[in-house]
Amino acid sequence: MIRFDNVTKVYKAKQRAALDNVSLNIDRGEFVFLVGASGSGKSSFLRLCLKEEKANSGTVHVAGRDLARLASWKVPRFRRQMGVVFQDFRLLPNKTAGENIAFALQVIGKPKHVIDRTVPEVLQLVGLDGKADRRPDELSGGEQQRVAIARAFVNRPAILLADEPTGNLDPTTSVGIMKLLDRINKTGTTVVMATHDDEMVDQMRKRVIQLEEGVVIRDQARGVYGSAS
Amino acid sequence: MRAQFVLTEIGVGLWRNLSITISVIIVTAVSLFFLGSGLLFQRQVNELRTLLYDEVQVSVFLCGAESTAISCADGEVTQEQRDAIVAELTDGEVAPLIEDFTYESKDEAYERFLVQFEGSPITENLTADQLPESYRIQLVDPEQSATVASRFEGQLGVESVDDQRELFVGLFRFLNGATAFAWFFAGIMLIAATLLVATTIRLAAFNRRREIGIMRLVGASKFFIQLPFMLEGIFAATIGAVLASGFLVGFTRVFVQDYVGGRFNIGGLVGTGDALLVVPVLLLVGILLAGVSSLITLERYLRV
Repeated sequence: MIRFDNVTKVYKAKQRAALDNVSLNIDRGEFVFLVGASGSGKSSFLRLCLKEEKANSGTVHVAGRDLARLASWKVPRFRRQMGVVFQDFRLLPNKTAGENIAFALQVIGKPKHVIDRTVPEVLQLVGLDGKADRRPDELSGGEQQRVAIARAFVNRPAILLADEPTGNLDPTTSVGIMKLLDRINKTGTTVVMATHDDEMVDQMRKRVIQLEEGVVIRDQARGVYGSAS
Repeated sequence: MRAQFVLTEIGVGLWRNLSITISVIIVTAVSLFFLGSGLLFQRQVNELRTLLYDEVQVSVFLCGAESTAISCADGEVTQEQRDAIVAELTDGEVAPLIEDFTYESKDEAYERFLVQFEGSPITENLTADQLPESYRIQLVDPEQSATVASRFEGQLGVESVDDQRELFVGLFRFLNGATAFAWFFAGIMLIAATLLVATTIRLAAFNRRREIGIMRLVGASKFFIQLPFMLEGIFAATIGAVLASGFLVGFTRVFVQDYVGGRFNIGGLVGTGDALLVVPVLLLVGILLAGVSSLITLERYLRV
């Protein structure tokens, strides 16, 4: 589903490569933790997957496409197969939970009857039944992240990228979010989650890819957060 | 759904930036008003030129008995000299420039003088003999009058040449200057309007950076993301153009037609009809200005 072949990414302002000759493969339906210190290249990895950035060398294949060859006008359609969740939720503060999710459908031109049907469904899926009319400031952090996940998932993406989705949440709430992501993964969606949450990683026992200074230093099935010694 | 969504976005955008939207409207209106005035002024000058130049003729006055010009050293013009002038007018170098010419004898000049200065004491002591005979030349292109005039200046038997166009040269120099000024002003104002539209769009994009970020991530097309911004700019500019058109038509009617026309009783003034002809130009320029400006700004500041 995601394949990096000798990918190097260097940002202009920086000397060191953000990703240095990274090769890895993530299959359809996998759940992968991306761990590593700040600046280790996790976010660059996610940005490359979304074609927010271009690799300096090497090839990035996502959802069967070579991103270097993907024409820029095709990028929006490509991104409709991807869902993204952030640490800071990125909800629109002046829209309700329901409207935030509907927004994602409106802007890709989905008809109203589809939106009216889909939004309650996905709210139920993330466990926010009956909170469609709440605005973000009337929701807890965990609930806000659920809205963000609902928004990312409402298009039934093939891949869900999560950049430290539990970074702003307390441990109990984080477990809930984690379970939600796991459930989404069970529907067949590939999930890649960048995280610092060691307990979570240790509990889940999923595949762990560890980056350090742009290099993959560990790729372990059913791994833990700290390096397995 | 899409149309409604886009319209809502535009409404929200315009309302959030109300003050700057208003300034876009005003600056566009003023700049387009100047542009329209420039166009109308140009039209007026051309009309006036046609009107006045139609009357323009070059008069070649022939030597009389008492002429003092060097070319009249032989005294009163001879038949040979007259023939030479006529030959020049019909077959000479300048013949292609000449539409028509008439000969005016001393008697005819006298008749005309009496009509022109009827009741004036100046006519009392005048005799036909004191007036010069002349050739009155109509030109194909009045702009060429100087060429024709200079051809006859100093020719034997010609006392003087009168080029009426010279009378108008100063007037048209002034009018052309005024037109150029209007154009210049319109140009400066249009630049200001373009930059203001660009700034407005940057500001609007900044205000909506969250929405735009999400739109990009969920895969909204570039067109869909940029359209509301572009339409906002175009909407404001169009209102500006409509206002400018209104001002221009009103100005033409009230100032040019009623005031200038009523006061000085001159024909050939531009009217509301001419102003209405300019309106589509203003609308088009307004829309193009906003459209192009938005496109460039969006391309630079709103990468999708």
